[in-house]
Order: sequence, then C-alpha cells, then structure tokens
Amino acid sequence: MSDWRMKPESNRAVRVLRVVEEAEGVSTLYFRDPLCREAQPGQFVMVWVPGLEEVPMSLSTIDEESSITVKAVGPTSGALTSMRGGALIGLRGPFGRGFTIMGERPLLVAGGIGVAPLKPLLERMLTRGLKPTMILGAGTRDRLIFLRRFRELLGDRLHIATDDGSLGYRGLASEYAENLLEEHDFDIVYACGPEGMMAAVYRAAERFGLPIQVSLERYMKCAVGLCGSCAIGPYRVCRDGPVFDGDMLRRVLDEFGHRRLDPSGRPIQLENG
Amino acid sequence: MTKSIGLRPREGHPNPTVVHVEGGLLNAMGLPNPGVEHFLGELRRLKDWGIPVVASFFGETLEEFVEVASRLSEAGVDALELNCSCPNVEGVGVLGGDPGAVKRVTEAVKGCVDRPLFVKLSPNVSDIAEVGRAAERGGADGLTAVNTLRAMAIDVEARRPILSNVIGGLSGPALKPVALRCVWELYEEVEIPIIGCGGISTWRDAVEYLLAGASALQIGTAIMIRGLRVFREINMGLRRYMEEWGFKEVSEIVGLAHETRIQQGR
Repeated sequence: MSDWRMKPESNRAVRVLRVVEEAEGVSTLYFRDPLCREAQPGQFVMVWVPGLEEVPMSLSTIDEESSITVKAVGPTSGALTSMRGGALIGLRGPFGRGFTIMGERPLLVAGGIGVAPLKPLLERMLTRGLKPTMILGAGTRDRLIFLRRFRELLGDRLHIATDDGSLGYRGLASEYAENLLEEHDFDIVYACGPEGMMAAVYRAAERFGLPIQVSLERYMKCAVGLCGSCAIGPYRVCRDGPVFDGDMLRRVLDEFGHRRLDPSGRPIQLENG
Repeated sequence: MTKSIGLRPREGHPNPTVVHVEGGLLNAMGLPNPGVEHFLGELRRLKDWGIPVVASFFGETLEEFVEVASRLSEAGVDALELNCSCPNVEGVGVLGGDPGAVKRVTEAVKGCVDRPLFVKLSPNVSDIAEVGRAAERGGADGLTAVNTLRAMAIDVEARRPILSNVIGGLSGPALKPVALRCVWELYEEVEIPIIGCGGISTWRDAVEYLLAGASALQIGTAIMIRGLRVFREINMGLRRYMEEWGFKEVSEIVGLAHETRIQQGR
C-alpha cells in the first residue's frame, strides 16, 4: 500500500518515554517519532489523549527523542502533565510554518510556557555557530523553565526576568527586552509568550527597525488549513503560522495582542489585551 | 462559500474532530459557527471587498432554517445553500434522508428568500435522485452533490474511536467515485443545475464532474494537501483541456458523458 500513514496529517500513537517536571504543573514529555525528528523549530503537533481531547503543542525538542512541554490549564493538558513513561498519546503533525533562522546576533525573548518552541530554535542556532542571547521570563524563579539547560548553553548570554524579582531583572521580559535592544546591537528578535508580551516586543523591534518572528497560539480544530478555527486576519495560524513575521503582524494589528476566536468563531478579548 | 451558519453560536464537537484516513479525511466538526447575527458583520466586510458570498446554512427546526435564510438573504448574500445533510449532528443529517422533509424545508425557505437557493444533498441515502427531485419540486434553484459519507476510524493502539463524535463524514479522493455517481444519477433525473463536490483535487477530477453533469464545482479537502493554489491550478488545467479539445464554453461539456454513452449504446 501507499505510504499515507507516514504523512504528517496521519494520526499515529506514540509511547511517552519519560516525563520531566519542569515546574509545578509544567512537564516535558519525551517520545520518538520520525516525522517530529525532521520538524522545523516552531512547528507544532496535535496531541491526542485517548478519552480526552486533542490539543496543539509546540515541539520543545526536535531530535532522535522529541518532546512537548505542557502547562496544565485544562483536563487534557492536565492529563498530559500528570502522565508517566509508558503512556500512549496520539500525534498528528508536525504542522505549520516554523521559525526561519536569519541574522547573526539574534535576541530570543521567552515568557512562561512560551519558551517551548524557542528551545529547539536556540539549540539549532548554537549548532550553526550563532551566538544567540536569550531573555527567559516568568512570574517567579520557580516557574523559569529550562533554566539549567539554558545556563549551560548560553552562560552570561542568558538573562532572567521575573515579575516578582525573585531572580534576575524585576519586571516583564518585554521591558527587559527593550533595555537590551537599547544597549546591544541585535539584528533580529524572536519571541514567544503571552500575546501581550509578544505585542510589546513587536513594537520595540519595530522601533529599532529590527525584523521579528513570533509564534502565535489560537484555538484549533483541523490543524490542516481547512476549518478556519484559528483564523487571524487573512491568515490561518495552523498553516500560514504559527510563526508570524513583522510583515504578517502588520496586517493583523487589530487582532494581534487584542483578541482571538472562540470555538464557535466569535472574537473574545485576550487577557491584558 | 461559507461553512454552515445556524441561528445561534455553536462550538461544535470537541477535538479530535479530524482524522486522516487512506484516500481522504474524516471530520466531525459538529457545525461550529458564530451564529447568524455575528456572521452578518463578517458578511458586510466581504461585501465591502466585492467578494461574492454563497452562505451555507442550517437549522434544527423548519422555523430555524427559514429564519436564518431570511436574515442571510436580507443582508445580501449572493446565494444560499441549504445544508440538510451534515452527517454528524443529530437531527440535521436525518432530514437529508427524508424526501418529504427536504421538499417541505426547501419550499418554506424558498418562500422567504429572494436569492438563488441550492440544496446540499447527502450521499447517505439509497436513492439520491428521489431526494434531488423532492428538492426540485420544493423550488430549489440548484443542487449541491454531495456532502460527506458517514464513516469512522479506530486507533488500534488506544483501542477506541478517534473522533470524539465517533462517527464523522468522509471527504477527499475516496469519496469521489461515489459523489460522481450521485451527480450522474441526479443529472438524469432533474432539470435544475448541479454543483459537484467530493474529492476534487485535480483538473481531471473537475472535468469528470462536468462530464457527469455538474455545472459548477466546490473544493475543500484538497486544500489540505495542495493549499489555496489548488483553485488556480484546477482552473488552468481545465482551460488547457478545453483548448486542446476545441471547447469554447464549460457548458459545452456539462453532462456530455451522458450523450456519448447513448452513442455507444447504438
């Protein structure tokens, strides 16, 4: 028969190899999947928990063993974070347009669980001999994800921002990004985190005349560009995104950072929107 | 061509709502839509941009069908498509298998709208021509053939159905020969034009549908593999085919296979 099962669209079950708790309610699930191994940083998979729902998740490791890093926010993500090695999950994907590595002096800005798609991007940049700088932000020091890994990889090119000042800069990662953009000579900015944070980083990058790529999150059903659930302006996040560059963001400024569609297709305001 | 719009907002079924299967796609979206009130705002923007809009709509009762259609018609959609054949929402799909009910709802809607009304038929019936004739008698201006085939998929490792709704509708290449047969049978039995759909991915598929008797086509699932450029590619292929064989208008090949079949029989 044909190889239709080996296409990204095809549902396949994989066994979770191990689960690493990154913070309270945040876990990384490792698994082997030949299609994910070939993914681009920033691409996502649809992850099905049999008996519960299927949800979009960015790949947080792209390698022989790939991973997703999940924050418990509902029943399905909650079930994922409390899984153990040996559990079975369904995968579709990888889908969408990932990050494009450009420039020589990149700044990566990560907020909370938004760090997930930036991790494989950072790892690939290092493989290519680039010297990326990263701002890792979270509410408090215990919620900084991949802190040890990034310290090893980046040394003093890792900057920390916590809302409560328990580690590093006290304040928002986006504010700290503006400071760094002022002081240093970056030539591209990548960001992923709460959408208000990404919108602030976008505005800062625009002010400094720098290209930017951000990874957006929207409610998704089909994930293959058919149903329109994840529409933002003229784009489908699942197909044209999830990574948006400055040119694309400029066309959706009325929505970016402000609102998204609920499952019925009606707009709802984003928090901090 | 919109997704189906109902009277009230609907979230649809929970994920998984889509499964890729050999030769096609299963979906059980469950008619998610923002409701007609919200859609009218989106419609105004589409009209501002000069885009022709065919609005698919559904109701859970005859009165709902009429109300949604009336509001869409008043707001200036260019045409309406009555979805009486969604296979995975209880009640809505059942209607499409009952010729008497299809005639009644078509009549009721047609009496309240001043726009062309197409009726989208289900392939999940034993005699589609009978349902097509019922829609025609009810005053439909055209038929869309066909909606998806009832189908399902089971994950062998998880040992359970994948779709949250268990049953969904099959679209894509696997549906094409079935849908093509439906168009063929309808063309023999009704006078009103037929819009063909089901698994059209290439210009050859498009030509097949036209030869079977469709005078317009819809494309959906092929977007998954070929992207939005599929529309341009099919138009270009169709144009080449017409030039190569000396046809000037698409209408010249609509239903042509029925004539050549008769010639063969002589």
